[in-house]
Amino acid sequence: MATQVRQLGDSVMWTQLDAAASWARKNSLWPMPFATACCGIELMAASASRHDLSRFGSEVMRFTPRQCDLMIVAGRVVMKMLPVLQRIWLQMPEPKWCISMGACACSGGVFDTYSVVQGIDRFIPVDVYIPGCPPRPEQLIRAVLDLQEKIQKTGTVWGSEFTGRDVPEGPPRFDADELVRIRDRDRMQLQLPVYDPRH
Amino acid sequence: MTWSSFRGQERLTVPAKSAHDILKSLNERAGMDMLVDVTAVDFLEYEGAKDRFEVVYCLLDTESNERLIVSVFLNEPDLELPSVYEIWRAADWLEREVFDMFGIRFPGHPNMKRLLLPEEFVSFPLRKDYPMKGRGERHNFPVITRAQS
Repeated sequence: MATQVRQLGDSVMWTQLDAAASWARKNSLWPMPFATACCGIELMAASASRHDLSRFGSEVMRFTPRQCDLMIVAGRVVMKMLPVLQRIWLQMPEPKWCISMGACACSGGVFDTYSVVQGIDRFIPVDVYIPGCPPRPEQLIRAVLDLQEKIQKTGTVWGSEFTGRDVPEGPPRFDADELVRIRDRDRMQLQLPVYDPRH
Repeated sequence: MTWSSFRGQERLTVPAKSAHDILKSLNERAGMDMLVDVTAVDFLEYEGAKDRFEVVYCLLDTESNERLIVSVFLNEPDLELPSVYEIWRAADWLEREVFDMFGIRFPGHPNMKRLLLPEEFVSFPLRKDYPMKGRGERHNFPVITRAQS
């Protein structure tokens, strides 16, 4: 059987199912541009004609999460926006990936204030981080290439590489020292609101 | 009730009890037909300050182009001022923002709820005793792991 197939020459390709699926997925990433700040401008520049993200197969920006498999969080995320971000992430179909673009999305950046979330990786899983304030479009292209490499290396047909990632991957939600400092200073109990991302 | 003037800017300081009547007569008789801004200042630990909060109304006469600043001083626990929504409709969001940031209530306002911050928020962040990094509200969200989503 195998020799007969080999006689067909270049018209037949041998591969693994995982590799074939990952190859198809990595070359047609559909980004969901969650652009909240100036990084969004660089994101637009990256997909525009000069830098041309479509050379790498991820130019189809869709503004509905149901049609996307790559979330690019570009810009700071504030407290009021985070439930929206989580809801959009939950609405995206599997398999999906996330790029955290820029200093604010990765760590809060210069906005170390009461309302700005100090890094989205505390609350949703992130695959690739891009440093910079804002990053150049080339850095976004590099991140997409790195993500493609990651998908090709770890991807499986049924997405079983995701099931092992069942612990939060970012830093802990609370910086313990920060909480101790706040409590010492204010000598009071924390009164915290409760949010549900699935509302 | 005192008048003061600084570099051509007129300022009228009024007691909280008569603030609403004075603002109403400024609108009806003095022609102050536009409310430019309502904001507040927290004077906690400010040198020489006698009162905790100052609510500032910036008024404008659009015909003569005259401006007047009306300031009202407030102290805890009486953080209430009658709403000027019925006089100037512009006060709607401005008073809500003052409530959102300083916790000063405006009885008579038709929709006195938070404007900018989430409704579950319990603090008033522009008060000087509120830490700049918050009390942990920004961290208080559920974490979604990759296996869950």
